[in-house]
Amino acid sequence: MLVRKHFLSTPLMEFMQSPDSPAKVLLAVSGISKNFAGRKVLDNITLRVDEGKIITLIGPNGAGKTTLVRIALRLAAADSGAVQHRSGLRIGYMPQKMHVEPTLPVTVVRFLQLAENFSATQLDATLSQLNILQLKNHQLSAISGGEMQRVLLARALLRQPELLILDEPAQGVDLAGQAELYQLISKISKRDNCGVLMISHDLHLVMSATDEVVCLNHHVCCHGKPEQVSNDPAYLDLFGPNTARALAVYTHDHNHEHDLTGNIKTAHHE
Amino acid sequence: MNNTFLQLLMSDFVLYALVAGLSLALIAGPLGSFIVWRRMSYFGDTLAHSSLLGVALGIVGDINPQLSIIISCLVFAAILTMLDRKPSISTDTLLGILAHSTLALGIVLLALTDSVRINLEAYLFGSLLTINQLDLVWILAVVALASTVLYFYWNKLLSVTVHAELAKIEGVNVERLNLMLVMLIALTIAVSMKVVGVLLIISLLIIPPAAARRLAQTPEQMAFKASLIGAASIVLGLFAAFYLDTPAGPSIVVVATAIFLGLNFSRV
Repeated sequence: MLVRKHFLSTPLMEFMQSPDSPAKVLLAVSGISKNFAGRKVLDNITLRVDEGKIITLIGPNGAGKTTLVRIALRLAAADSGAVQHRSGLRIGYMPQKMHVEPTLPVTVVRFLQLAENFSATQLDATLSQLNILQLKNHQLSAISGGEMQRVLLARALLRQPELLILDEPAQGVDLAGQAELYQLISKISKRDNCGVLMISHDLHLVMSATDEVVCLNHHVCCHGKPEQVSNDPAYLDLFGPNTARALAVYTHDHNHEHDLTGNIKTAHHE
Repeated sequence: MNNTFLQLLMSDFVLYALVAGLSLALIAGPLGSFIVWRRMSYFGDTLAHSSLLGVALGIVGDINPQLSIIISCLVFAAILTMLDRKPSISTDTLLGILAHSTLALGIVLLALTDSVRINLEAYLFGSLLTINQLDLVWILAVVALASTVLYFYWNKLLSVTVHAELAKIEGVNVERLNLMLVMLIALTIAVSMKVVGVLLIISLLIIPPAAARRLAQTPEQMAFKASLIGAASIVLGLFAAFYLDTPAGPSIVVVATAIFLGLNFSRV
């Protein structure tokens, strides 16, 4: 079911203490706006991530997805609006890009150890889960883009996070690996009751596991549950990942259109 | 032949020069590795250039020159760090402007005081062999401080260097650590100025880590081997200076560069 209006417009505190589940809110942003050089990138965004829930952000390039995530992480400041984290919240973050400095010799395992203290057993378990155990002693500068994504996810997971924030986690990962990666994220979310906020363009792969999809194009265009049809694992089996992509469904009937700069041409808000 | 060198070694000024050079090489290994990893070499250069302004201000204000260099280096390091946070103009352009304008301002100011004619060659190359006890104490104190800080914050500094945003989310105080590293670099440059000169300290910070890169599998190996290469350059450079009667500072730089070239163009 799609809800075609902005999220609540209540003040943040009220929002965090929503009557149904006061303690379960991990992260809430409300009324976030951000301009870059006079261009409105984010316009009054409100969003909430609860324990064990997977929220997927979709939207065209330049829609402000990464900016929103960075603001939610407090890596960037919004022009207006509020960001609230549950106190002591442990976040595992997977950035969109990782620049590996070629003059810095560092192995995969050393890179992971920069983050947190964990046991060797934990490390090996996480690495095998992501199929990268064999990369352990490789130089970080020598692994491929898809392998790097898994290494970054490993670093986020080793923190035993309460909230995972993933910026295009499957970028550069091969097709078979993508499905596996999203399954793993969903499994971990269920197992550890971990909230997930992720940006993804692979809706055909994430929809079965996503609790809520938020379509962003400078403002929240619409949000709601992805269609139930893809819940059936047989769906992916039957068509294979390639066809599934072609058949990907997230019925997305907008009630308004955008011009080339993303401004709303015709708005019919309720 | 070795006998005369050994005899010379025993003399105070050569011993002081050697101890000062070796301890600077020791700390320049890890500090310089951070400079290379973070692509900050121009930053160090700018600090070193601006220190001449510190010399000038010290003379104008009648402050102890060592102290005025240290204070001005720390102030410039803080200013550069703050400017870097608001990038309205690209960092290398900003550093280029500051490096040369502070150098020029320092020279103009010195000319106006007309009390001292500063020897620009001494500023560039220092005077390693005229080092006195107080100079040595300053150097040893800063090296001790920098080693202690690097030892205790090594992992965090490394984490910030590899990915500052991940480090921040993992609870590391990125701004504080950056400032700390920059201050250590500024202090090291400041106490090295008089003794080894701008050219030598920047070379010691950058050339040995660059030379050590191909020999290292871990950051620690790179830092350690950079220290060794720096120390070897000091000893061999002083040795060459003695036998070829060449200036000490430039001889050390030439040796370090030769090691860098040798390691990078051979199949190790």
